[in-house]
Amino acid sequence: MASVDHSIEKHVKPYEPSFETMVPTPLVKFLRTCILWQIIRFIVINIKMILVVSKSH
Amino acid sequence: MARVVVMGAGVSGHTAATFAKHWLGKEHEVVVVTPNSNWNWIPSNIWVGVGEMTKEDVVFPLAPVYEKAGIIYKQAKAVSIHPEGKEGSDKPFITIEYTGQGKEGQTEEVTYDYLINATGPKLNFDATPGLGNGQGQIGPYTVSVCTADHAVHANNELRKIFEKAKAGQKQKILIGTGHGMCTCQGAAFEYIFNIEFEARRAGVRDNLEIKWISNEQFLGDFGIGGLHIKRGGYAASSKIFAESLFVERGVDWIVGAAVKKVEEGKVHYELLDGSEGTEEFDFAMLIPPFSGVGLKAYDKAGEDITDKLFAPNGFMKVDANYTPKPYEEWKASDWPRTYQNPDYKNIFAVGIAFAPPHPISKPAKSPNGTPITPAPPRTGMPSGIIGKAVAHSVVDLIKHGPNAKLHEASMAEMGAACVASAGKSLTKGTAAALTVYPVVPDYDKYPGIGRDLDYTFGEIGLAGHWIKHILHYMFIYKAKLKPGWTLIPE
Ligand SMILES: Cc1cc2nc3c(=O)[nH]c(=O)nc-3n(C[C@H](O)[C@H](O)[C@H](O)COP(=O)(O)OP(=O)(O)OC[C@H]3O[C@@H](n4cnc5c(N)ncnc54)[C@H](O)[C@@H]3O)c2cc1C
Repeated sequence: MASVDHSIEKHVKPYEPSFETMVPTPLVKFLRTCILWQIIRFIVINIKMILVVSKSH
Repeated sequence: MARVVVMGAGVSGHTAATFAKHWLGKEHEVVVVTPNSNWNWIPSNIWVGVGEMTKEDVVFPLAPVYEKAGIIYKQAKAVSIHPEGKEGSDKPFITIEYTGQGKEGQTEEVTYDYLINATGPKLNFDATPGLGNGQGQIGPYTVSVCTADHAVHANNELRKIFEKAKAGQKQKILIGTGHGMCTCQGAAFEYIFNIEFEARRAGVRDNLEIKWISNEQFLGDFGIGGLHIKRGGYAASSKIFAESLFVERGVDWIVGAAVKKVEEGKVHYELLDGSEGTEEFDFAMLIPPFSGVGLKAYDKAGEDITDKLFAPNGFMKVDANYTPKPYEEWKASDWPRTYQNPDYKNIFAVGIAFAPPHPISKPAKSPNGTPITPAPPRTGMPSGIIGKAVAHSVVDLIKHGPNAKLHEASMAEMGAACVASAGKSLTKGTAAALTVYPVVPDYDKYPGIGRDLDYTFGEIGLAGHWIKHILHYMFIYKAKLKPGWTLIPE
């Protein structure tokens, strides 16, 4: 099961601002550069951007 | 025959000039006055600043493009505007001083029927002692990525830091804003994460301490008062996403800071609570505050009317509501729609050159009275859209007469798409792809968060990087007026 990545934990310190935010899980980090998933996201983001661009012109 | 004069060939001016010429054809003249010989795709300066692109990748010469388009190009800087003409002539004109084309230093009067001011920002380094050199240029202690040449220099300095880190020396990098009233936090955000990415690639990350310093009240404000994004059933603040990225990448931050003084290896700053601090650095990139470029204006009798055309910060007054009022009373309708000067109807200002009615972020001051508030950004997409809308208005005024309806492009009614790079690599790079609608929050229409959650969106990943890379080529293609350029949106 995905837990907080230790490489991330190393930057989080209790009672400091770093403790008060969210940190990505290994799955989220993996998906960010997973080519297949990112191809899908590429299409989705482009559609969303085209919608905003066409609403703004 | 009418003559349209465009001052400035950056994002907004180039867009305005090229569309105006495209729509007006041979019957009318379009003149561009700009001091630079090259066009620069400024967003990619970030990649020049980390050595991932060269200056040549991000600039191209303007002269052949304007020649092909039939635009008259004067490599010169505009100095003054004379909207009523001069003694003996009612014809309005500007004065210019050449910076190239073999006429360096020569001055000339250029008459116009319509004038578009697209002169962008003056990089006001001297507003912070030590950030500038006292002569309007960047000082010796910090670097910048605001121009392609600055970015080349920044990369050269960064390489020296990486070399020292490689040799085992601990190095400290400080990135952010160099004054309490800066804008353009997005560019600093991109630069800090590109450096962090490159440091990991170079195997020197462990010897680098990387820190952020900015005038935002909270991380993720970006000068637009932050934004909310739908995620996991919540509308979550950009503060959470920004802080998350900073923690993940091991980047510490100071916010609510006005940098007051820069010395060799050290900045002095004041915080919103009035306390003061210093931060040492081996390498610092601090964005300067922006002001207008210092154009003057004179009436027919030669009297100085600069205050009539320009706001005190040097940006040109347009159809905005400039009545000073508290943050709680700001309205989306304060923002300009046509960018026409209220006194001289044949003058328009586009992009960074127009005076915004007020900031977008909530203003704040330290107890000592130091203003610490991001100035409102006018990023590439709004600058391009405004440039095109004004070109359209001017073309209609020429073709259909002075009663033609002006085209509108309010930043309170348009969205912006922005892709912020966090590391450049075809397979391992990432960028935050963001859309925000509208750019200026409208709290009457969207109570609480000010934005339409269906059109305000953001995520970080490789797809964002691909988009950023494609946009680099697409916008340079468009700016070169290659086939189909008019179909590419701003
Ligand atoms: C490092 C960096 C990264 C950025 N990244 C992004 C990004 O990823 N996405 C985004 O949307 N925006 C980005 N921006 C912002 C974007 O560059 C600006 O929004 C845009 O350039 C504004 O366009 P403009 O035409 O108003 O000004 P500019 O593009 O600055 O153009 C101004 C022009 O006026 C000329 N000029 C100056 N003085 C005179 C004079 N006296 N007479 C005649 N001409 C004059 C200048 O030489 C220049 O050609 C970035 C900015 C920086 C600094």
